[in-house]
Amino acid sequence: MRPSTEAIVIGASAGAFDALSVILPSLPPDFGLPVFIVVHVPPDKPSILAELFQAKCRVKVRQAEDKEPIDGGTAYFAPPDYHLLVETDRSLSLSNDEPVLWSRPSIDVLFESAADAYGPGLTAIVLTGANQDGAKGLKAVAEAGGTAIVQNPKGAYASAMPEAAIAECPSAHVLSLNEIADYLQDAEKA
Amino acid sequence: MPERTEDIEMRLLLEGLYQRYHYDFRHYAQASLRRRLKQAREQMGFRSFSALQDSLLHDPGMLGPMLSYLTVQVSEMFRDPSYFRAVREQVVPHLRTYPSLKVWIAGCSSGEELYSFVILFREEGLEQRTLFYATDINQDALRKAEAGIYDLDRIQLFTENHRKSGGKSSLSDYYSAAYGKASFDKSLRKQVVFSDHSLVTDAVFAEMHMISCRNVLIYFDHVLQDRALGLFKDSLARKGFLGLGSKESMRFSGHAAWFTDCVREEKIYQKRAE
Repeated sequence: MRPSTEAIVIGASAGAFDALSVILPSLPPDFGLPVFIVVHVPPDKPSILAELFQAKCRVKVRQAEDKEPIDGGTAYFAPPDYHLLVETDRSLSLSNDEPVLWSRPSIDVLFESAADAYGPGLTAIVLTGANQDGAKGLKAVAEAGGTAIVQNPKGAYASAMPEAAIAECPSAHVLSLNEIADYLQDAEKA
Repeated sequence: MPERTEDIEMRLLLEGLYQRYHYDFRHYAQASLRRRLKQAREQMGFRSFSALQDSLLHDPGMLGPMLSYLTVQVSEMFRDPSYFRAVREQVVPHLRTYPSLKVWIAGCSSGEELYSFVILFREEGLEQRTLFYATDINQDALRKAEAGIYDLDRIQLFTENHRKSGGKSSLSDYYSAAYGKASFDKSLRKQVVFSDHSLVTDAVFAEMHMISCRNVLIYFDHVLQDRALGLFKDSLARKGFLGLGSKESMRFSGHAAWFTDCVREEKIYQKRAE
């Protein structure tokens, strides 16, 4: 039996918008889990991802704030130029630490902190992207007993990031975007 | 879930660091602190936090490197140019009305923010009447701040930021370049006092007209954030200004009532007259 899922983390880079447009709008209005998302965005301008997705989604979508308590049924985007981390007391924090793999926010930083906080209760998803971010983080999630999912590189806009994640974490489930969307709708009931 | 051994070790290490050397990281935000501690453990070559703790307790020479892992922030000159533009356009006109000024750059790290302020104040004709206090808990960082030497490949970004902040001079007026380094002019340090000061354990030390402390409070938990904000409140003159980082706020603090928004979107606050 799969351990019950308490939270979802998602990392995406090049091609992120289209990929997330398949996954996030399919979440039902009564979806009870928090979703934390890192998308690589330019550091020097405000991000409108949260607004864009709020208009398309039935769950709440916001940009994460420092020290805010986590609400279920909410998708949180990391703000530009800050890492997003999950604390073990189940609140969010931001950090200004050095970029990791030239990325701030970094997928690895989010995934590793969430793995510490949720252990087997975490499901982590690496989507399309053109670098290696997320691979180490996904491995940390799997090692903590969580569920690792990677977008099938064949269907990805940029395949490097899913390929790196699969190489680092061979136990990950490799799924298409539609399969990931279906999986998440059931995640809560698992 | 029973507490993991690593969590116990981490707590003991922080307790040891505090009891032995009086550096208190016990109320830092845990997730990023854990990353930094792991980095320290790996790069210093220890198998566990306990092994690192053993060495740290018995060898004071370990303290400096350890603090560097735990505290050093790489900043930029004129980081978030819109913040400095707001200081220039909305705070400086108030500051002009004082015959002498005190400005505190709290958590100045290696000095980028400090030099940004000194240059801005020089451009606005306020430098000579201002005393700048630059404080940090990390001695290595303070020495770097005092030296004012940065890698030349960062200067392009600093220059661009300075221009966007409404800079009235050329950044190249303030440094000389050699051997891949940019060395900032020592005249910029004439009005500066560098000092070791902790927002966690130390007290008020002067009456300030402006305090800038950006991207320090996000590393603190609620307890420490509140302490630091209380310290800033007590250190500010009436109607003094406080600038925080773009993702920091006073919203959850018990001290919020002492302040009004000065430039809301830039997190610049003003202490009430009473």
